[in-house]
Amino acid sequence: MSERRLRIAHLYPKLMNIYGDRGNVLTLLRRCRDRGIDVEVDELGPGDTLASDAHDLIFMGGAQDRDQRRVSEDLLATKGPALLEAAESDTVILAVCGAYQLFGKHYVAASGEQLPGLGLFDCWTEHPGDADDAQAAAGRLIGNVVAELLAHPSTGSGLKEAAAEEDKPAIPSLSRGGGLTLVGFENHGGRTFLGADAQPLAKVRSGFGNNGKDGTEGVRYRNAFGTYLHGSLLPKNPAFADMLIALALGDDQLEPLDDAIEDAAHQAALKLTGRRR
Amino acid sequence: MASRVLGRGGGTAVAGLVANNVDPQLAQRLARQLGHGSAVVTGTNGKTTTSSMLVAIARAAGLDTLANPSGSNLMRGITSALIDASGLSGSLRDADRLGVLEVDEATVPEAALALTPRVIVFTNLFRDQLDRYGEVDTVAQVWRAAVAELPESTTLVLNADDPAVASLAGDARGPVLTYGIEDTSVASDAELGLDHAADYRFCLACGSELEYSAAFYGHIGHWRCPSCGRARPAPDLSASQVELESNCSRVALQHDGEQLLFELPLTGLYNVQNALAAAASAVALGLPHEAITSALGSFEPAFGRQERFDVDGREVLVFLAKNPTGLNQVLRTITGDAGVATRPGWARHFLFFLNDGIADGRDISWIWDADYELIAERARSVTVSGTRAEELALRLKYADLATTPTLERDTARALASAISATPPGETLYIIPTYTAMLEVRELLAKRASKLPFWEQAS
Repeated sequence: MSERRLRIAHLYPKLMNIYGDRGNVLTLLRRCRDRGIDVEVDELGPGDTLASDAHDLIFMGGAQDRDQRRVSEDLLATKGPALLEAAESDTVILAVCGAYQLFGKHYVAASGEQLPGLGLFDCWTEHPGDADDAQAAAGRLIGNVVAELLAHPSTGSGLKEAAAEEDKPAIPSLSRGGGLTLVGFENHGGRTFLGADAQPLAKVRSGFGNNGKDGTEGVRYRNAFGTYLHGSLLPKNPAFADMLIALALGDDQLEPLDDAIEDAAHQAALKLTGRRR
Repeated sequence: MASRVLGRGGGTAVAGLVANNVDPQLAQRLARQLGHGSAVVTGTNGKTTTSSMLVAIARAAGLDTLANPSGSNLMRGITSALIDASGLSGSLRDADRLGVLEVDEATVPEAALALTPRVIVFTNLFRDQLDRYGEVDTVAQVWRAAVAELPESTTLVLNADDPAVASLAGDARGPVLTYGIEDTSVASDAELGLDHAADYRFCLACGSELEYSAAFYGHIGHWRCPSCGRARPAPDLSASQVELESNCSRVALQHDGEQLLFELPLTGLYNVQNALAAAASAVALGLPHEAITSALGSFEPAFGRQERFDVDGREVLVFLAKNPTGLNQVLRTITGDAGVATRPGWARHFLFFLNDGIADGRDISWIWDADYELIAERARSVTVSGTRAEELALRLKYADLATTPTLERDTARALASAISATPPGETLYIIPTYTAMLEVRELLAKRASKLPFWEQAS
C-alpha cells in the first residue's frame, strides 16, 4: 500500500477546549497511527491563517461564550474564507458545539444581539437568554445523547454510501451493523435550527440535540459535520471516526482495528438516558 | 466520628430542606448568634481540606467551631448544620463559637447574604461539573456579583496565584488579603507550559494570553498579562519555601515579617495551596501564628482526601479526584512529577472509579483532558470501576499503560480485586469521583484500620 498521510488542522486548541473535545484529535491520531498512516496536526490559534488546501481534516471544539466571542472575529478574519473553500472542495471538517454554532449563518446571543457566523452550514443558533440567577445552567440543554446517524441524502440507503459518490466502494468499517448510532454528552445554551435544505447529521433517540424540539442532531454539508456531542465524541464512536478518516484520505480500504474496548464504551453509553428534566 | 461521617448527612439534608421551605430567614437568624462570626470557604478544589484546616487552627487557638459536614455545602446543608447546633427554642445551644462553612461555588451569593461572614476565602476556579454550572465563567460571574454585595466588614481572602480568583480584588468593598507560593522550585517544567486543563490562560481584562514565569498546575502560577500589565499581586502571606516528600510537605510561610515553619502531613502542591488558604483565613480572623503552625503540623486528612488505611499489610490511600486539574495534581503527586520525592523501587497499584451521578458530574468528557499518561510506566496494576468504567478503560487504552487494566463495575468486587492485585508491603492508590469515594470509604472502613500518619511506612 502506498504511503498514506493525513494532515489535520486543530483550530484554537487552547481557546476552544473546555469540554474535553481534545479526545477527538487523540482518536484521529491513534486510529491513523495504528494503521501506519502518517499524521500531522497543525494547531492554529488566534492570528494564524488557514490555507484552504493544506489539510485533509479540520477540527474545532467547543468553548465558553466568552472564548467563543473572542474566537468568532478571528475566525471570520483569518480562517473563514479558507474554511468555506475547503468545505466546497470536500475537505473533512468536524465542528463540535461552539464551533458548530460559529460555522452556522448567525448566532442570536442572550442579549438579543445578532452575531454573524461563517455560513458554512445552513443553520442558525438562538440563545433563549439566561435565567439570570446562580443556576443559570437551568436553561441549557444538558445531558447524555443517543442519536442515529442519517443516511446521506443523495443515496438514502445508509452511511456506507456516504463515500460512495464517484463510484467508490463502501468503506468496510462503516458497513458493519447498518444504521450507526452516535453517543455523547451535550451542554449548550444555544438552540440551533436548520435551514430548509440543510441535512441533519443524526436523528435524536434520547437527549435534546439541535434544539430539543425537532428531533435533529447536528448538520452535514458535503464532508463537513457539525454536532453538539462532546464526550469526547470520536473515542467511543469509532465507526464515525473511521468514516471521517476514510473520507479525508479518500481511502475506502481502512483496515479494521481491535475495537473491543471502544465498542464496550459505546454500548455502555447507549444505555444512558438522555433527558433528565 | 465514623458513624457521623459515614452517615452521609442524609438526615440532616432533609431537615435543612424542610427548614428552608418553612423559613428562609432561619439560617440568617441562627448565624447571627455565632459569637465569633463565621468564615466561608469556597472554590472548585480544596474546599473540604481548607475548611478542616481552618477548623483545626481555630481549635488550636482555643475557639469552638461550628462546621458543615463535607459535601453538605448547599444552602440546605448549611442551614442543617446550624439547626443541628440549635435547641428547640430556636437558638444556638452554644453560641460562643466560630462558624467555618464550606460553600458550593454557585451558592456563594445566598450563603454570603445569610451568614455575613467576617472572612470569605476563594481557593481557585477550575472547570468542574459543567453539567451543573454550564460554564466556568458562570461561576466567575456569580462570584463577582456576590463580592460586590459583601459588606465592608468582610475580608476577602484570595489566591494570588489564580488569575480568575485574584481578579475578584477589583470588586471588593472591604479589606483584601492575598496568598500565594513564592518558591518557584516546585513549579512545573517551564518548557511544558500550562496543562490542557488550564482554564484561564487569557487575561480577563483585555483577552491577551497570559505569560507565566512559573506555572504550578492548571492556570495556577506566577502570571502576568503582557498587554495590559495586570499581574499576580505580591501575596500578603506566602510560601517562601516548599519541600514535597512522598507523605508530607515542609513549608515555610512568611507573614508580616514573621516566618512560620511546619511539616504538613499531606503531600502535593495543591495541599500546600490549601494550607496557605487556611493560614491566610486564620490571619484574617486574627488567629495567632502559633495556632497556625501547630494545627497544620498535626493536621489529619479530611474525608477521602489522602486518607491512609492499612489492609492486611498493604498501604491503601484514597485520593478524591473529580475534575481534570484535581486529577492531574493527584497523579503528579503520586508519580513524583510535581517535585514530590518518591521512594525508589516503590510499587504502585491503582484503582480508579468513574461515576456519573449528579454529585460527580454527569459529564465525563473531562477524563480526556486529564493526563493518565503519567502512570503509564509506573503502575504495576490498574483496576477500573464505576458507572462509567468502560469509558475510563477506553481512556486508559489511550494512555498506553504497561499493564492491562482490569474492568470491574461493582464497587466491592473492584476493591477486592485491586487489593488482591496489591501484594502486602506495596501501595494501592484509590482514585474515586465523589459518590464512589463515599462507597469505597465505607467498604474500607469495614476491613481496614486507619493508619495514623506517624505509623506510615517511609
